[in-house]
Amino acid sequence: MDKILRIDVGAQGGPKAVETGLGDYKGLGGRAMTSGIISKEVPPLCHPLGEDNKLVIAPGLLSGSAAAMSGRLSVGCKSPLTGGIKEANSGGQGSQVLARLGYAAIVLEGKPSDDTLYKVIINQDGVKIEADNSLKMLGNYDVVSKIKETYGGKFSSLSIGPAGEMKLSAATIAVTDMEQRPTRHAGRGGVGAVMGSKGIKAIILDDAGCKIRKPKDPDKFKAANKEFVAGIKKHPVSGEGLPAFGTNVLTNVLNEAGGYPTNNFSSGRFEGASNISGETLAELETARGGKATHGCHTGCVIQCSGTFNDKDGKFLTKQPEYETVWAHGGNCGIDDIDAIAQIDRLDDDFGLDTIEMGATIGVAMEAGLAEFGDAQAAINLVKEAGKGTPLGRILGNGAEVTGKVFGVERIPVVKSQAMPAYDPRAVQGIGVTYATTTQGADHTAGYAVATNILGVGGDVDPLKPEGQIELSRNLQIATAAIDAAGMCLFIAFPILDQPETFQALVDILSGFSGEPVTADDVSALGKSVLKTERDFNTRAGFTSKDDRLPEYFRKEKLAPHNVTFTVSDEDLDQVFNW
Amino acid sequence: MIKIDLNFFATLSEYLPEKNDCYEVFEDLSVEKLITDLGVPLDTVKLIFINGKREKLSYQLKNGDRVGIFPPVGGG
Ligand code: SF4
Repeated sequence: MDKILRIDVGAQGGPKAVETGLGDYKGLGGRAMTSGIISKEVPPLCHPLGEDNKLVIAPGLLSGSAAAMSGRLSVGCKSPLTGGIKEANSGGQGSQVLARLGYAAIVLEGKPSDDTLYKVIINQDGVKIEADNSLKMLGNYDVVSKIKETYGGKFSSLSIGPAGEMKLSAATIAVTDMEQRPTRHAGRGGVGAVMGSKGIKAIILDDAGCKIRKPKDPDKFKAANKEFVAGIKKHPVSGEGLPAFGTNVLTNVLNEAGGYPTNNFSSGRFEGASNISGETLAELETARGGKATHGCHTGCVIQCSGTFNDKDGKFLTKQPEYETVWAHGGNCGIDDIDAIAQIDRLDDDFGLDTIEMGATIGVAMEAGLAEFGDAQAAINLVKEAGKGTPLGRILGNGAEVTGKVFGVERIPVVKSQAMPAYDPRAVQGIGVTYATTTQGADHTAGYAVATNILGVGGDVDPLKPEGQIELSRNLQIATAAIDAAGMCLFIAFPILDQPETFQALVDILSGFSGEPVTADDVSALGKSVLKTERDFNTRAGFTSKDDRLPEYFRKEKLAPHNVTFTVSDEDLDQVFNW
Repeated sequence: MIKIDLNFFATLSEYLPEKNDCYEVFEDLSVEKLITDLGVPLDTVKLIFINGKREKLSYQLKNGDRVGIFPPVGGG
């Protein structure tokens, strides 16, 4: 990983690729790389869909090596949804393959001169860029089939669906999984719209002939990786819970805890929860011949995913994640798992963020566009977005735009990005993360749910403000480092509870780079990423007033605990004071 | 006797008794006693929610309690 591929999409005669060395970005990976490039090279006040924005795609520091769980990809830009810096993280094969091809980043820059669509093909022989208007407005599944027809063989792809081409703020970039299905997405913040604005429909990656990335100190690396895997396997969450039930096991947990946002964040419990729980989903998947345990990329040992077949036993989509099942389920009063899986497939195909779309439909339902609980109406609304009707384009621009257009007061967003599946009144730690992260409301940026609800990494009472600032701060720092390493965030469960597994991760980093690495270095890395991102957002015009939840979370009580969000503004402003 | 709404989740669901939503127990019975009587190995229990709040094994049950018991689980 010693080169950066820059593609100037505005070059005369069509996009031109240039390879450069790492320069100032040496030693950076994943989120540290994407945020580093964006912060340095993108004018913070630029239009997110204009010439000056850049789309940066970067494998993690450890991606492409033998380190377990290291295949997560970071995609960065100035977000068309939030107007701030964005790192959207994805599983799938892309990160491993891109790293093995030797690229520390791909940067799409400039502005296309016309509306020709291009695909980029990268293999060991180099980079080819071809115009291909036959891909226009195709869904991700069709794009991948077409690539298979013309390219054949073993490849991974990154692609956008119609949502990205229409530059909708909820548009994703799809990444293929081990079965070459476009089921993994850099989902949040409209990264797909930025790719669309650069006129690139797909990036095809083939690492045939490329070697696995070698550690500098193989003995140390190997021993540390072994210890790391053992730690993951022995922790009950990563070793048993996640593989067996997937992330959707949280439906029942959050519902019991009274923090499950129901009917557009109007209650903390959903009556239909058991119909869409992880337990129900796993049973159904197995009964229909799908898999309840499955990894999204080679090298994943947790395997939190699965495959979902329809009633006839035919593949429909990957196991919908907890956030998806919540967004399109309980948040819209829907308890029909088949309808939710169908929407998951539609979102993946159109290239839409499931969290943003579910939250948006919740807002649309509150506005009276459909009844809460009406699954068919929800499916129709997602199809509108895919077709790009005027209503669909409103929806595809997210919860805030939709709420404004239809006069809704209760819009669950921070920095214009929709909140995920945890009500911040009943899980106050995650409320701190939603409010303060550079990303807009995002649970993954500092997963305080672990300590508030799941008893991982200690216990902090979810209903009280005490301890939440420090919790969110520490998690945000750790997460930024994990995202830079290219590690799946679910390693947080074992590393929070087991010091020896955290040490193993530090030793993997050290064994790989051949340099001494300490726990303090890891924390310093996380802090520097956050600092870089905060700095970009400040220059983009964000102030402490943007680090707040919408007003109604302080005013409207949430059942069953009848609580409001009580962490003070002064405390919120201390999160980045370390 | 009091009635509780009892639920075991994930891998613990196999221990769930009949009539679990109005399950009869003695007043002030501890959660520890409740679950060991039902044959649940104590070391498999991680999260105890009583009326939406995390409680300990020593919690004494009251009439009408909503009880949710989980093994270690996570996601995100
Ligand atoms: S644990 Fe899940 S999200 Fe993480 S790498 Fe494995 S399959 Fe992907």
